[in-house]
Amino acid sequence: MSTYTHAQPRPLGGPVLAGPVMKGLAGLAALGVGVMIWRLMAGLGAVTALNDGYPWGIWIAFDVVTGTALACGGYAIALMVYILNRGQYHPLVRPALLTSAAGYTLAGLSIVLDVGRPWLTWKVPLYFWSWNLNSALLEVALCIMAYIVVLQVELAPVYLEQARESRIPRLRALAERALPWFGKAMPWIVALGLLLPTMHQSSLGSLMMLAGPRVHGLWWTPWLPFLFLVSCMTMGYAAVVFESTLSARLFGRPQETRMLGSLSGVIAITVALYLGVRLSDLAWRGKLGLAAAFDLPAVMFLLEMALFAAPLLILASARRRERPASLFAAGMLLMLGGGVYRFDTYLVAFNPGPQWSYFPSVPEQLMTLGVVALEILGYVFVVRRFPILGGMPAAPAARS
Amino acid sequence: MATSRRQLLRGLATVGAATAAAPGAARAAEVRRAPDDAVGMLYDTTLCIGCKACVVACAQANDLTPERGTYGQGRYQAPDDLNENTKNIIKLYTEEGRTAYVKQQCMHCVDPACANACMLGALQKREFGIVTYDASKCIGCRYCQMACPFGIPKFQWSRYSGKIVKCELCAHRLAKGQLPACVEVCPRQAVIYGRRTELLEEARRRLREKPDLYVQKVYGETDAGGTQVLYVSHVPFEKLGLPDLGPESVPATQRAVQHGIYRGFAAPIALYGLLGALAFRNRARPDRPEGHGAGEEERP
Repeated sequence: MSTYTHAQPRPLGGPVLAGPVMKGLAGLAALGVGVMIWRLMAGLGAVTALNDGYPWGIWIAFDVVTGTALACGGYAIALMVYILNRGQYHPLVRPALLTSAAGYTLAGLSIVLDVGRPWLTWKVPLYFWSWNLNSALLEVALCIMAYIVVLQVELAPVYLEQARESRIPRLRALAERALPWFGKAMPWIVALGLLLPTMHQSSLGSLMMLAGPRVHGLWWTPWLPFLFLVSCMTMGYAAVVFESTLSARLFGRPQETRMLGSLSGVIAITVALYLGVRLSDLAWRGKLGLAAAFDLPAVMFLLEMALFAAPLLILASARRRERPASLFAAGMLLMLGGGVYRFDTYLVAFNPGPQWSYFPSVPEQLMTLGVVALEILGYVFVVRRFPILGGMPAAPAARS
Repeated sequence: MATSRRQLLRGLATVGAATAAAPGAARAAEVRRAPDDAVGMLYDTTLCIGCKACVVACAQANDLTPERGTYGQGRYQAPDDLNENTKNIIKLYTEEGRTAYVKQQCMHCVDPACANACMLGALQKREFGIVTYDASKCIGCRYCQMACPFGIPKFQWSRYSGKIVKCELCAHRLAKGQLPACVEVCPRQAVIYGRRTELLEEARRRLREKPDLYVQKVYGETDAGGTQVLYVSHVPFEKLGLPDLGPESVPATQRAVQHGIYRGFAAPIALYGLLGALAFRNRARPDRPEGHGAGEEERP
């Protein structure tokens, strides 16, 4: 929102594709794009291991369902800053919005490539007279499409600030004129940026409610929408901690440990809420015994519980909250925990019958890796070229 | 501090309330009934001899590529399962000397999960309660496949432009006054066509007349909220791949939760107004150079 508070964000400068890691990511991204083209030319059956029993694979369970939740940093931080009025977290907003924009854009691309006839996707928003308002997927699709646009609008001041430095006078004038307008409209854009994830992240839970009879008892519950909403917040906050710690290390910037430490108090409350609702619902419906079955679902469930409980224990101690390493570990565990929860709900818990099995094909895995690589490359490109990260003495001071 | 705590609570309550309230609403799930003119089929395991004439007739009537299966080294048109070229199939169940054939096709649910899932209503319950498919509104998302508890909708994996394939009760033949192809060719009338109410009566009559032969239940009468294709059998229905789904329709809970959250779109609009108002009040202003919540900046 406002651009004149705290340490001014600045572009880091420097080359995007420097170093072996970035070059490796570029290679992965190229492979992923190759798979995308192949999929468009050859069809789903030729490229994926999907089948009539498991019609949704990792492109949905990971790229879309888990990917968008990891991209909820923008949502989680905006909720803190703009709604709960915790202005001290403001420096985290822009990088979080950027990760969200990257994550959602590529999740959108993954959905389009996953449907059988991608070239007809435009019908979903435009055939409004045919909308089936009972369909949770329609809601997810429309909300994600809208949110991708809203995220870019939320980031518009970033691009405009950079345009203000441009050598082209007309572009400079345009930026000068547009920036105050965005400043005024931003609360209402931010509100939309908060409403949309609230709607579609909970609907990602509703989606699997409809598969009810074939979803394992440890996962199916009328509380799925609520659990998906709360877990996207834990994952969003965790992703902010992860991204902030990592970019401080990689770009040689000061750590935001104090800010992250006090944020982690909020994370702990959210995690406790998730665990509380999840476990009491299972106990209430008498399904908790399924966790003692020692089969794959039970093991995965216990793993989920451990991945949520461990960070809660780490964050419970005020001393540990001040240590960057503990914070980072807790963030990693929470991202993993939320990811496994979503992955399980869509794949492990879903049982179409003994005659069906699914393991992602190599091209499927390559496309997923490529999408992650594209996201990281996009993030690095934007922070180097546009004013996203604050707290730097002067630009360009990055080492790469 | 008091103000901000109140804001914190209000903010959390706002976001959580809509989804948290929803599971409560699920208890008041809406029950849908079959339309008065609902048609369907009745299949009787004691009459079927497994000749598979219905499988061949179905493929012909629906312009599907004849599919060979593993049976007889692939010499016959005997597909292994429902698939992109097979809308109707006969399967064999054997256990401890007992055998039974079972016919599988769309059940034409009274409250179909596939139609509830479908974004643009490509799958819809239309005239006579038949669940039909309109490819022009299908983008191939396959949510119907995730939703259907019977595993009926199949996807054209081998095609570049994949669509959904499923039995539509030969609606195109019914429109011409013909019977569904599988019913027409059945030499033993193991599968018959008619109004759902009349088929139910016929099924109950058979159970009454031969109580020792049949499992005393008409599958589909109430299962999963009722189906328009009904089964009577001499072996337990679970053995035939007809799952015990209980009397509530599959979409009932999801729809109740969805409607609980989105009734008249009032909750999202109210939430948007509230979020906007809060964000507006908390916005950074030139007279508050520290921006949002400047007062809290100094907290340890």
